[in-house]
Parts: sequence; structure tokens; C-alpha cells
Amino acid sequence: MAVVSTRSGRLGNRIAIAVVIVVTLIFLSPIYWITTTAFKPLVQATSVPPSVLFEPQITPFVKLFTKRAQLTAPVAPEVYEAAPWWERLVLDGGERLARDGKGDVVFSAYPDRFINSLIIAITSTILAVSMGTITAYGFSRFRVKGEADLLFFILSTRMLPPIVVAIPMFLMYRAVGLNDTHVGLIILYTAFNVSFAVWLMKGFMDEIPKEYEEAALVDGYTRMQAFFKIVLPEAATGIAATAVFCFITAWNEYAFALILTNRRAQTAPPFIPSQIGTGLQDWTVIAAGTVLFLIPVAIFTFLLRNHLLRGMSFGAIRK
Amino acid sequence: MMTTLSPTSRAATRGWSDITIRNLFVIPTVAFLIIFNVFPLLYSLGFSFTDFRASSKDAANFVGLQNYADILADPVIWRSFATTLWYVIVSVSGQFVVGFGLALLLNRPIPGKGLLTTLLLLPMMLSPVVVGLFWKLIYDPSWGILNYALGLGKTAWLTDANLALYAVAITDIWMWSPFVMLLSLAGLSAVPKHLYEAASIDRASKLYTFFRVTLPLVAPILLIAVIFRTMEAFKTFDIAFVMTGQPQAELISSRLYKMAFAQWQTGPASALAYIVLIMVLCITNIYVKYLNKAKER
Repeated sequence: MAVVSTRSGRLGNRIAIAVVIVVTLIFLSPIYWITTTAFKPLVQATSVPPSVLFEPQITPFVKLFTKRAQLTAPVAPEVYEAAPWWERLVLDGGERLARDGKGDVVFSAYPDRFINSLIIAITSTILAVSMGTITAYGFSRFRVKGEADLLFFILSTRMLPPIVVAIPMFLMYRAVGLNDTHVGLIILYTAFNVSFAVWLMKGFMDEIPKEYEEAALVDGYTRMQAFFKIVLPEAATGIAATAVFCFITAWNEYAFALILTNRRAQTAPPFIPSQIGTGLQDWTVIAAGTVLFLIPVAIFTFLLRNHLLRGMSFGAIRK
Repeated sequence: MMTTLSPTSRAATRGWSDITIRNLFVIPTVAFLIIFNVFPLLYSLGFSFTDFRASSKDAANFVGLQNYADILADPVIWRSFATTLWYVIVSVSGQFVVGFGLALLLNRPIPGKGLLTTLLLLPMMLSPVVVGLFWKLIYDPSWGILNYALGLGKTAWLTDANLALYAVAITDIWMWSPFVMLLSLAGLSAVPKHLYEAASIDRASKLYTFFRVTLPLVAPILLIAVIFRTMEAFKTFDIAFVMTGQPQAELISSRLYKMAFAQWQTGPASALAYIVLIMVLCITNIYVKYLNKAKER
């Protein structure tokens, strides 16, 4: 297992590597499939047998961002010639772009939902990480009465099933007018993430030697100055990793968004599946929306790769 | 609250005292969590004893324990609990086998291992609802890639009463095996090399080494992975809800959602929510106990 020197051991190693590579390819195939679907012509997305070879095109992305209508009559050649390249892509597919009174292209709801997702995820991440960092410092450096119970309470709020919390939250938000608002979701996601941030940041804080601050205190810093000038810079990596985890959690969240928003503040996760079953099901457009939505997470996963273990175990397992 | 003064407390008397800072840093967060988690739950505890419907203007009537009695007598809810239990067993054991298996294969020098591991971890970072959505595309009976690739004809994975739950579980296994793999790899890499050397000097068989050296040392971390996944699988909502409406595959979270937000039986739904909540808190308690144990190591 660890010491491989015999011939059979080396062969076993090669077989293991081959199996790992095959399994990795199988694991990635669903992601590959949805990504290629986003670049397929409509007829090839649902063709039988499934088409592996196709001419990639970005029409699904143009469709994703616009409202369209079926063409009832062929387009006049001069209109086609005058249209920009991206509009021609839609015309080629037998549809025309919907335009408002001034002749401007009408955008679909997708960009709004995407921006809602960004606003809500970023704001709640900043709040959760700020609160989590200072609270973690409090738990890490000072003796807090009932520390273990408090930490358990904090983590347990994270473990609550979203639907269970959503029932009273829906009623309370309805009473105070927070349903379908950005603020409403931001507060909930902050509450959901702050517990995680406390646990993860406490691990990072515990690793910063107390002597650093003590030296600063001796040098005449106040405790607050020492926290901001010594501890925070030391914890920068931990803060960044925590922030990325919080962002991904808020970005991916579905249940609260489904129940507590419906239009103005709706985020992308409840919106993307709701496109299914509205008239003609265009899987290439759904795939395009999905791919755009997954790209930030894929990038962050690569940035986070060395902290995944820690984050996934709430800071308990550090390697 | 009591505090012990640190050796530097004399220096800390400049500016705010340590006690002030501690209170300032800890109390707001705890208060925030109480307001947005404990208070709502107390609110719904109240509703669980009433016949309140959030969709009507009628005042709530106190019905005592009637909602709890109705739930315990409702065969649909019992079926949902049974379905959820079976789902948890299938899904978590699948994740365990695939995840731990992958970790065993990866636990050796492999060129490009870091990249390979990161790629394998990608599924668990994705949004469950979006994952459910694109697996729907893969499972499509007439043009889905899965039926074509495996030559299964027109198998209707997500609408067949017997298959739907397994189809969701397969997706969940795809998504979360990497999590078990990640934790297992950490456990495996922490096994001291000299133990293997000692075992090989003693001419212990590979199987013997695995069961007597590797497994006992990895077990604590595996346990954490399994308890966490059990808890999460029990709460599963997104994936199952978006993938299938098959009643035979209805998990308890979906039942709860329908009671609360489709049938608007707010009172009974709050009662069911409480039953689910207590179950989750029990698992959480076990989980945190093992997490703290792992921390102490």
C-alpha cells in the first residue's frame, strides 16, 4: 500500500492509476455533457442517438439573455442583412427577438436573477465572514462561559433543515414585508453562514500564536489595534478560504430562495428549473444558463483546493 | 460572565478591556443566531398546536396535540419517512463504497494527483438543484445519454415508481462520494508509514494489513464522513424535489414542503417540522461529539 517495490506491486500501482483515470473521466462526464449541450444546435441537443460531434455555436447563450417569439413568416432579406450577427443566430433558428416600443431588445429574466444571486451571495458573505471572524477571535482568545455549549448551539443552527426554518421565516417575513426582498435573503444567508464561519475561523485563529499579539500589547498596542494590525493579516488566508465557502453556499442555496422569493429578489437556483415547463422546452438554453451559473463555482473550487478538507469538516480536520 | 485575565491584561487596560472586547465580539453573533433561528422555531412551535393556515385570514384555533397525533397516524407521512430512511441507506452506503474505494486507489504516488483530486471534488461544490436539473437531461427516457450509453432502451428513470428513488440516489452518490473520498484520503495519509513497514517485515498479508492497520486508524474520520452524510441525506430536498414528483420517491423534506407551501396546512406542517427537527438535532449531537474528538487528536 505504501511501500511499493515488488514487481507485482508496481503492476498493481499501474492498474490503480488506470482505474482512477477512468473513474475520473466517468465522474466528469455529466459536467462535460451539460457543457457541450450548451453549445449545441437545438436539434442536436435531443437527437437520437445523442450527438457527440457537432459544430459548437453560442446561439443558446444569445437565447438565454433575450426574449424571443416564433417567426410566423420568413424574414425579409434586407432585415436579415441589417441584423447584427447575434440576432441572425436567432433568426436562423426560426425565431425573432422580442423588441420593446423603442425597438430595443427585451432581455430575459436570467440576467436579473444572476445579478440578484451575485448581490445576495456577496453581501451575505461579507457580513457572515466579518461576524464569524470576530466571534471566532473571541472564542479563540478569551474564556467564554459555556464555550462548548455555545459552539454546539452555533453549529446546530447550520444543521437545521432549511424547510423547517423556512415555515416560520415565511410567516415572519410576510408580517414585516421582507418576503421577496434582497435584504430578507441576505439576512437568512448570513445567519446560515455565520455559524460555519465561526467554526472555520476559530480553527485558523487557534493556529496564530498568541505570542504575536502579546508582543504587540507589550509594545503599546491596544487589544483592538493588535487584532486589526497583527491578527487579521495573519488570518488573511483563512478569511479568504472562509469567504469562498460562504459565497458558494449562498450562491448554491435553493430551498430558502424558492420559498421566500418569487420575482424581484429571486436568485438563479429557483429560476433555472422554473424555465422547464414554460412552453417549448429548449434544453440548450437551460444548459447555457446552468453552465454560466456553474463557472464561478468551478473557478473557486480550484482556488480552494488546498482548503476543501478543512472547510468541509468545519475546521475540525486540518491534515 | 466570568473571565480569566490573560498575562497581558495590564497592557490591555489601554483601550477597551478584554472583557468588553470579548462581549463585543461574541454576544452580537449569538444574539443574531437566536433571533433568526431560535425565535422562528419557538414561533412555529406555537403554530404546531393550532389549525393555522397561512393562506387564510381565519384566526388560529388551539388544537392541542391533535396535529402530532394526526401525523403519527398518517400513512403518507410514514411512507415518506420509510422512503427517506431507505434513501439514506442507499445513498450513504453508495457514497461510502465509491468514496473510500477512490481514496484507496488515490493513496499512492500518482503523477498529477493534485489535479485529479480537484477534478474529482468538483461535483460536491455544485448547486444541488442545478445538478438535479442536468441529471434530468442525462436520465431522459427517449434521448438521454445514460439509456443510450448503457443500451437500456427507454427506461423512464425518474417517473418509474421503482426506479425514481434510486435515480436520485445515484445522482447524490455522484455528487457526494468525493466528500467521503476527501476525508478518507486525509485519514489514509495520516497513517504512519512505519506501521506498514512493520507489517511487511512481519510478512503480514495485504488483507491483514488493511483490516488490522489501515481500517482502525482511518475509522474515526470515516465515521465523521458517514454521520455527516447521513444527516445531510436525511435533509435532502433540492435534488429530489427538482428531479422527480414520483410519490413513491417522496422524501420527508418534500412532504413537508408540500404540506406547508402547497396545501398551506401551516399548523400540521409545523408539527411535522418539529418531529424532523428533533431527529436532525439528535444526529447533529452525535456528529459534533465525533468532530470534537477528531479535533483533539
